[in-house]
This record gives sequence, C-alpha cells and structure tokens, in this order.
Amino acid sequence: MSATTTPQVGSAARPAGPLRETSRRTWRQRHGRKTLIWGWRIGLLVVLLVVWQALSGPVLDPQFVSSPNGIATRLGDWVADGTLWSNTWITVQEIVLGFLVGALSGAALAYLIASVRVVWDILDPFLMALYAIPKVALAPLFIVWFGIGTDMKVLLAAVTVFFLVFLNTAAGVHEVDRALVDAVRLMNGTRRDIAFKVVLPASMTGLLTGLRVSIPYALIGAVIGELVASNRGLGYLISDSSAKFDTDGVFATLVVLSVIAAVLNAIVNLLGKRANRWKPLDAEV
Amino acid sequence: MSAAVIEVQGLSKHFRKDDEELIALRGVDLTVEQGSFLVLLGRSGCGKSTLLNLLAGLTPPTSGQITYDGKPMRGPNTQVGYLTQHDTLMPWRDVARNVQMPRELRGESKKERAAVAAELIKLVGLDGFERHYPRELSGGMRRRASLARMLCADPETLLLDEPFGALDAQLRTELQGELLRLWSGSGRTVVFVTHDIEEALILADRVVVLGPVGTILLDQPVDLPRPRDPDDIRVDPHFVELHRRLSAALKEGAR
Repeated sequence: MSATTTPQVGSAARPAGPLRETSRRTWRQRHGRKTLIWGWRIGLLVVLLVVWQALSGPVLDPQFVSSPNGIATRLGDWVADGTLWSNTWITVQEIVLGFLVGALSGAALAYLIASVRVVWDILDPFLMALYAIPKVALAPLFIVWFGIGTDMKVLLAAVTVFFLVFLNTAAGVHEVDRALVDAVRLMNGTRRDIAFKVVLPASMTGLLTGLRVSIPYALIGAVIGELVASNRGLGYLISDSSAKFDTDGVFATLVVLSVIAAVLNAIVNLLGKRANRWKPLDAEV
Repeated sequence: MSAAVIEVQGLSKHFRKDDEELIALRGVDLTVEQGSFLVLLGRSGCGKSTLLNLLAGLTPPTSGQITYDGKPMRGPNTQVGYLTQHDTLMPWRDVARNVQMPRELRGESKKERAAVAAELIKLVGLDGFERHYPRELSGGMRRRASLARMLCADPETLLLDEPFGALDAQLRTELQGELLRLWSGSGRTVVFVTHDIEEALILADRVVVLGPVGTILLDQPVDLPRPRDPDDIRVDPHFVELHRRLSAALKEGAR
C-alpha cells in the first residue's frame, strides 16, 4: 500500500465538510431587510390609525366603531383608576395557570399512555371523541361543578391546552425512530436509558409543537370562560362594556388582549427556535 | 485460524404480514472465526441485513440458534458494535456527545469518556466538528461519527451493514483503509455486509456469497496478501480470478 493512496490516520483523512470563512457585511446587509420590514409595519399601523380617527365621526358613528382617540382616553382612565391592571392580572393568572395545568397533565399522560401501544390503541377513539367536543360547550358544566370563580376559567383553558399538548406529545412518542432505540439497546442501555435518552428527547419536537400551538388557546379558554360568567377579568370588561354600549371600552380591552397575545406569541417563537436544532436527520437530507 | 466466536445453526427468520409469511432466511449455517474479517456478499434482498440484525440480537430468530462465544444468544448482544446502513446518531446530541454515548450508558465519568471520544473523533478526522449536530454534517461525516461512536464502545466484534454504500468512491476507499487499520492486529472480529465484489475482495479474509433466503452459494477464502492497495490489486491476476468466481456465484444465485 503506497503512501499516496492511503490517508494517514486523522490528518489526511479530512476533506471533511464545507470550508468556513468569516464574511464581512455592511450595516445595510445585516439590518437592511429587518429595518425595511419594521418601517413598513409601523407606517401601516400609523396610516390605519389616522384613517380610523379621521373617518370616525364625520363618516362612521363612533358609537359603533369607536376611535383611536376614544380608546386611548379609555385606556388612560382605566390605568388611572386601576381597573386595567387588576382585570388584566386576573386574566393573565388564569392563562398561566390553565396553561401549566393543561400542559403538565397532557405531557405526563401522553408519556404514560402513548408509550404502551396497546393502551393507546384501546383509548384512541375515546380521546378523539373528547378532543372533538368544542370546549366552549363545557363552560356551563364547569360552572355547575366549580362555580363562576377563577377555577372554572383555569380549567376551561387547561382542557383546551391539555388535548393539544397530549395529542402532539403522543404523536412525538409514536414517531420515535426504532433504529435509535435499537442502537441504545446494543449499547447495553436499560429501559430507563431508552426512556430518558431516546424517547424523551425524540418526542421533544412533538411536545414543543403542542406547547406552541396551545399557548393562544389558553388565552381563548380563559377569556371565553370570563365572557360566559364572571365579575372580573378582561372577558368581563368586554361583556360589561358592551352591555353599556361602551364601544370604547370593548375596543380598549381588545387592544390589551392583542398585546397579551403578541407577548405570548413571542414566547412561542423563542420555544420554536430552541426546538429547531433537534429536527430529525432526514428532515433536511 | 482460531476458535469460532459466532456460530449460526439452522437459522430461519420469517416475517408475518397479514396472512402471508415472508421468509427472509431459511436454514442458514455459518461460523465466524475469532479475529477474522468476514464479508457477506449478496444482492439486495437476500437477507443480509436480516442476518446482521439477528447476529446483533435485535430480533429473535423464528427457528435455529446463534451462539456467541459458546453461549446461546438472548436479547441484544452488547459485545458487538453494529453500524447500520442508515445513521442512528441521536439528532439532539452533537458529535462529541453522540460518540461518548456508549460509555455514558456504562456510567463512565465525564472526563474519562470525553478523553476517549476526543481521540476517536480525531481518528476519524472529525476534529473541529465536535459541537456540530448530525443534521449539520454531510453524509460522509455522519458515517465517520457513527464509526467513532461504535468504536467508543470498544466492541470485540464489529457488524457492518453496507457502511460505506452511500459515500463517494474516494471517501469510501479512505474509510476502508481506516477500517482495515483499526482491525489489523486488534484481534477484533468483523462481519461486513456488502453487494460490491471489489470492496469484498479488498477487505476480506473470507467471502461468503449469499443467495435468496440466505442460501450460502460460495464460501471463498481470500488469500491476497495484505496490505492491499485498492489501485494495484485490481490488476492482480489472482484478484481477477477471485472476482470472476464471486461474480459467477452471484449470477448463479440470481437464476
């Protein structure tokens, strides 16, 4: 074997991988697109508000469509008298609690049930039937069971979150690559090793997907619970304002709700970024 | 040469699909000697991979038995390192943590296993890529990482299932050389599956040609002198003769 055809151990044996170079980019290359997009976003929002303000009054009846000015004034009043904060705090608590209860129970149950295929196959139709029930339809029942306090809203949010997390995690558990499990078995891995070092991380994409899609639903569950029956919270503010024909109040609450939704979405995106690196091998080949 | 490390007797494997039985292997007898380099040569679908899965103990045989080191096998055989056709690197672990995994499961200390892994990563030419995840690597680099992980377990027997099938010719030659270097003088036993006659002749002490359902068509010792240069050996008259014989046996099985 001549030296020219045989790679030396370690050294010559590395045409391994692409060449890496540091590249210099101008400020424009680096931030240009982002600035453009944000500029347009803000511009669009401003135009929308100005048009709304201009039309409200001369053309449209502020009684029905409110106006940016009216909304801002109402928000100012609410901030001043503490209405805004106390009600938002209630709703946020319900969302967070509902999300935690739903996500924890959903994930835990998914690992227990989905890991044993027979049990899953038996329970599958029942779970699907429960999943298909519109969760709003459960509200009256929950009122009977838990009254109209916070518990009812937390549970309404939790039920919605539960199914989304449960089903996505179960799908993740079922999609675990058999070959990875076999590899660990050959390394003399115990059942515990397989559970914690293969099944758990492999199903993490499923779990994270479940968490991501369910976060907005926690908000929906909580607000719907408040709309159905309550005397506190943002949902209550909406129904109370609309009962008084106070469109400014309704819109002001909607603005607060969209801010909460935007914050939640930002959290979701952070989760998504973390999950990306774990994508399975063949997802990109 | 020396004692048998793997003995296979009357091995059959059936797969059930609805009301049909698919017979992958029927009545296979095979002995693998300690320290030898055995190549199983066969066309696709002749049950090569099934046979390796059985040797690794990942699936139980339908009938017949396998003994490893004189003991009948039950369950996964943890003495072997198994490099499958497809990568089984954990996608959520970077190269270093993947390579360390066999020792991690044995409960070795972090420092110890990191040192071994670093050495193996260097050996397969992946230094600088320790922190990369499998999906950020090319196919060839993933093969190298898999090879390093297998070696990290320090197995006494290597089962390799067309390990270099998907690589370009250059890289393939390189890794073949690497594998031979790792094997020679180590006392390890290698069972290597391929459908490539040349690859078989460059690597093997002995080539077993498999036909449908794992029938042994030819059991051919390869007495070409080592080391074998892949470029020179192709024109060696004895190589050509062996090539012809193996090729004829493969054709025989196709009929």
